[in-house]
Amino acid sequence: MQRYSIFSLARNALSHHRNWQRAWRSPAPKARYNAVIIGGGGHGLGTAHYLATEHGLTNIAVLEKGWIGGGNTGRNTMTVRSNFLREASVPFHEHSLDLYRQLSRELNFNTMTNERGMITFIQSSAVNRIAMQMANTMHIYGADYRVIGLDEVRRRIPIFEPAEDMRMPIHGAVYQPRASMVRHDAVAWGFARSADARGADIIQNCEVTGILREGGRVTGVETTRGVIHADKVGMAVAGHGSVVAGMAGIRLPIVTQPLQAWVSEPIKPVLDEIVVIRSYFGTYLMQSDKGEIVVGQGCDPYPSYAQRGTFPIIEDATTAMLEVFPSFRRLKLLRHWAGMLDMVYDGSPVISRTDLKGFYVDLAGSGGFKTTPAAARTFAHLIARDEPHPLAAAYELNRFSNGQLIPEGGVSANR
Amino acid sequence: MLLIPCPYCGERNEHEFVCGGDAERMRPPSPQDLDDAAWQDYLYNNTNAKGWVRERWWHVLGCGRWFEIERHTVAHAIRQPEGSGGSDG
Ligand SMILES: Cc1cc2nc3c(=O)[nH]c(=O)nc-3n(C[C@H](O)[C@H](O)[C@H](O)COP(=O)(O)OP(=O)(O)OC[C@H]3O[C@@H](n4cnc5c(N)ncnc54)[C@H](O)[C@@H]3O)c2cc1C
Ligand SMILES: [Zn+2]
Repeated sequence: MQRYSIFSLARNALSHHRNWQRAWRSPAPKARYNAVIIGGGGHGLGTAHYLATEHGLTNIAVLEKGWIGGGNTGRNTMTVRSNFLREASVPFHEHSLDLYRQLSRELNFNTMTNERGMITFIQSSAVNRIAMQMANTMHIYGADYRVIGLDEVRRRIPIFEPAEDMRMPIHGAVYQPRASMVRHDAVAWGFARSADARGADIIQNCEVTGILREGGRVTGVETTRGVIHADKVGMAVAGHGSVVAGMAGIRLPIVTQPLQAWVSEPIKPVLDEIVVIRSYFGTYLMQSDKGEIVVGQGCDPYPSYAQRGTFPIIEDATTAMLEVFPSFRRLKLLRHWAGMLDMVYDGSPVISRTDLKGFYVDLAGSGGFKTTPAAARTFAHLIARDEPHPLAAAYELNRFSNGQLIPEGGVSANR
Repeated sequence: MLLIPCPYCGERNEHEFVCGGDAERMRPPSPQDLDDAAWQDYLYNNTNAKGWVRERWWHVLGCGRWFEIERHTVAHAIRQPEGSGGSDG
């Protein structure tokens, strides 16, 4: 692997940047691997990275039906945070933030992690209660999450000027200083480059069409580029969980729903923090490094694999945004897109073994960009050792039979 | 924007409806006879099909009726379920 540094930049500048190596190879699939990962998003590529670096498994492949990072990884709004309600959730999501903090160094790839903080407005007493409970749970784990008054909100967000006649007036906010934005493509590319350098094959344009089984064990996969045998198969196909697991006759506790986001034309810097309006269910916005105002909300409220959303969500979110930031009225919408989320019944991730031996599933669930490094690391552990990583032991599918659900529905809405 | 055909009111904006999910999902007639796996499957798992699905919808901000439609989860096309004669569920 060609290391990136100020010196390599200078050296390559001398040759007019014509001698950079490719960041990863593009090999033909082998007939057999120790393990294959289905899905070349951040989760799948990260899993390959940790399999190689932490478990010495390098005869592995990541199979991606399109191009890597072209699914939800390249479509999300890049927000990572750890404000959650349940005990099982906080350490896992905090670990993800820890991993994100040093990911640029670990991967020698600039992931542009930017700890800009997140402010969630409190607009009802119900939300105030949830915020307090959440803050208390998080304090147990040493995570900084605190209620702030309107003075501090005004100081942090100078353009904050909510309408006088707001339907749900803002009484205060909760603030997570460590919430960050991370460049999503860089996460996929950095993991891919690192896994590739250690011997993993990253195979694009290779769709898995069948799961091979023999006597209750997985033996490989059928793909559009031929049969590939493997002792272990890990699935990380956010938005297609039921389709791929269905190939192995496995039913999952998920519904696939579209999630939309859109951005305005770029403007000068006006907003440092990530802002959440109408609390945990509502609208969120932030300003990208390029200057665009990025806006998102909850899922479209019905199942869909369409990778596009419908208009009511945009209208609803825009209304909420303009109540707080009337000056954004003049912004023009520049781009709009959607991805598909595998919404898990209780709103928490699934990182689990299945009834089919050697077949493992990682369901990113609603907001899986924030979990990418922690999920990938614990998924790699599960695949390599066939037993869960302590941080993700609560995330196995057996929680749906033993009743130990981890309800995060309301609070993990997307982003 | 989906236009959902309510059998009573005709086509209306999706905003007026709530999707009630998979119409083929039925409460097992005698849950006490099921083993844990089958009960769990009924409670939590979904077919979550990519393609045509048969769904219940509720015209909550209209006439209040529950009914069934078939909807394509990729194309978002909608048609009347077979043999339903404009099902009113
Ligand atoms: C608009 C939007 C905004 C979001 N905002 C946030 C946010 O701010 N913060 C946050 O934490 N999360 C956010 N999310 C959620 C987050 O993007 C996803 O949960 C996360 O990226 C999932 O990562 P992944 O690697 O599991 O999935 P993906 O990146 O979707 O990767 C899965 C890959 O599997 C491939 N695949 C599917 N089927 C097959 C097959 N049969 N064979 C081979 N390959 C296959 C797909 O092509 C895809 O590339 C957002 C999502 C959307 C859509
Ligand atoms: Zn009606």
